Amino acid sequence: MAGEYYQANQFDMNESVLQTRQLGKQYGKRWAVKNLNLEVQRGDVFGFLGPNGAGKSTTIRMILSLVKPTTGETELFGYSLKSRRSDALRHVGGIVEKPDFYLYLSAYKNLEIIGALAGGIERKRILEVLDLVGLTSRGADRVKTYSHGMKQRLGIAQALLSDPELVILDEPTNGLDPQGMKEVRDLIVHLSRDRKKTVILSSHLLNEIELVANRMVIINNGELVVQGEVSKLLDEGEKYVVIDAKPQMEVESILLRQKNIIGYVVKDGLFEVKMDFAGIPELNKTLVGAGVRVQALIPKRSLEDLFLSMTEHSNEVRV
Amino acid sequence: MIRLIYYELVKIFLKKRTYLGFGIVLVIVPLVEVAMKLEGGRFLTMAMRGLSKDFLFFGNIFNGWFVAHQIMNSLWIHIPLLISFVAGDQLAGEATAGTYRLILIRPVSRTRIFISKYITTLIYTVVFVFFLAALSIGLALTLLGSGDLIILTRNIFLIPESEVAWHFIVAYLLAALTMITIASLSFFFSSFVENAIGPIVATMGLLIVCTVITVMPVEMFEIPKKFLFTRYLDIWQKLFLDPIPWNEIKIGMLYMASWTVAAVLGAWAVFVKKDILS
Repeated sequence: MAGEYYQANQFDMNESVLQTRQLGKQYGKRWAVKNLNLEVQRGDVFGFLGPNGAGKSTTIRMILSLVKPTTGETELFGYSLKSRRSDALRHVGGIVEKPDFYLYLSAYKNLEIIGALAGGIERKRILEVLDLVGLTSRGADRVKTYSHGMKQRLGIAQALLSDPELVILDEPTNGLDPQGMKEVRDLIVHLSRDRKKTVILSSHLLNEIELVANRMVIINNGELVVQGEVSKLLDEGEKYVVIDAKPQMEVESILLRQKNIIGYVVKDGLFEVKMDFAGIPELNKTLVGAGVRVQALIPKRSLEDLFLSMTEHSNEVRV
Repeated sequence: MIRLIYYELVKIFLKKRTYLGFGIVLVIVPLVEVAMKLEGGRFLTMAMRGLSKDFLFFGNIFNGWFVAHQIMNSLWIHIPLLISFVAGDQLAGEATAGTYRLILIRPVSRTRIFISKYITTLIYTVVFVFFLAALSIGLALTLLGSGDLIILTRNIFLIPESEVAWHFIVAYLLAALTMITIASLSFFFSSFVENAIGPIVATMGLLIVCTVITVMPVEMFEIPKKFLFTRYLDIWQKLFLDPIPWNEIKIGMLYMASWTVAAVLGAWAVFVKKDILS
């Protein structure tokens, strides 16, 4: 899907809308973000991936001028955030972490206030964005009566209010149910494909990025790990299939006879088989046909492993 | 800028806590004035017991102006607290609610946002002080009528009925200016923290410490107390002296202005450089 989606967005791809150079933020002795060089081009759905605490939100806060960087600089649409802040932020909208609003005011009034900070927004536009996120009927209600999902959608509405060219969404699916997550993903695709927006989507879920982004970066411990096109990054790494099947002798004899298998190892009773994913259905058919009990057949990619290992490390309890 | 100020006013005046101060004044002032009317001037008679042997008083001395002046004297201790409820919430409230993340990512400079918030704080302060003025004077005159204003201090002053109104207007103007200093200090503390209670406590703490230093008859405090804002907090009272010590008032207001400017510049320096982590 990522590859297909990428093909659909080949417009003005060479124009850079966001560039960070050696961007870094230090709190005390700890570097939350270090020497980060990012480049987002017009039309990208740019996945910003990293485990919790990797420095994604700090980076987004620096890009949106909420946090002053310790080192480096950010350029948005060719304007330096340091010297031309207003020009740089004129075409940018965003959500940073959870969506917070003036709870005692209506959604409409909240958007009116935000619009005033963007130079004034017409009533028609406010109604348009409320409609886009499906909140038209609740627009007059106080935000304190909203569910988390509704606040999240209102967060997206405020990000789109001034019709920005670049939309930065920091973990926009956090706390949403699967249906809500799908709606947000659909909205991101709609923004990019139909409205020609450039989107930066931060997430700690590789799968989420894979579904919507054409380019991505992975950061960990505040440092860049890998950056590039999603389809290429996923293709470049080693691919293998994990097979949980018995009896082991029978499985091995079948694997040795298969032509499309490059090699395999057995780890903890599981087979890790290097092969082209296109051959999975045929291999499954052969195994089942030979009377092998196949419990699981899981395609794996090294990028996924890399990300999983980072996530595991980030979840370790440090004593 | 006008648009920004308008929406800051919307934010303030649609918030319930804004009306806490108004509500308290709306309860206390009528309560005190009705009680004074029911007492029928016993308070004034007691206060003037010694004087009535030597002077003859004609006309309505226990009138609306007298009561309004008493209200102004007695309530003035509590007004800074009520002002700081709102002024202290101006910046810290955004941090608490997480709405800094909503407003500070817009293509408008932090300085402009700061100015609009500060002007809104000034508007609230002035409106609040003049609400107190209108309610206490208006109700007192309605209940007890007009007349000459008698001022009982170490000396006794009598301000003719025809001149009382402008004394009160200028006194309340001075009071509003002193309350702007309090609001500015609260605003300053508000720029540091991420909850609205901190600035209220800090403002009241500073007020108490400075007041203690101001009133303590200790020699080592004589020089520093000249510079403390608490020394000039009741400068409006000088409007009811005869002759009015304008020079003293001017110097007092200069000190208050210095405190105000220092607080605002300090708050601005903190606000524009602040990392938004909430």
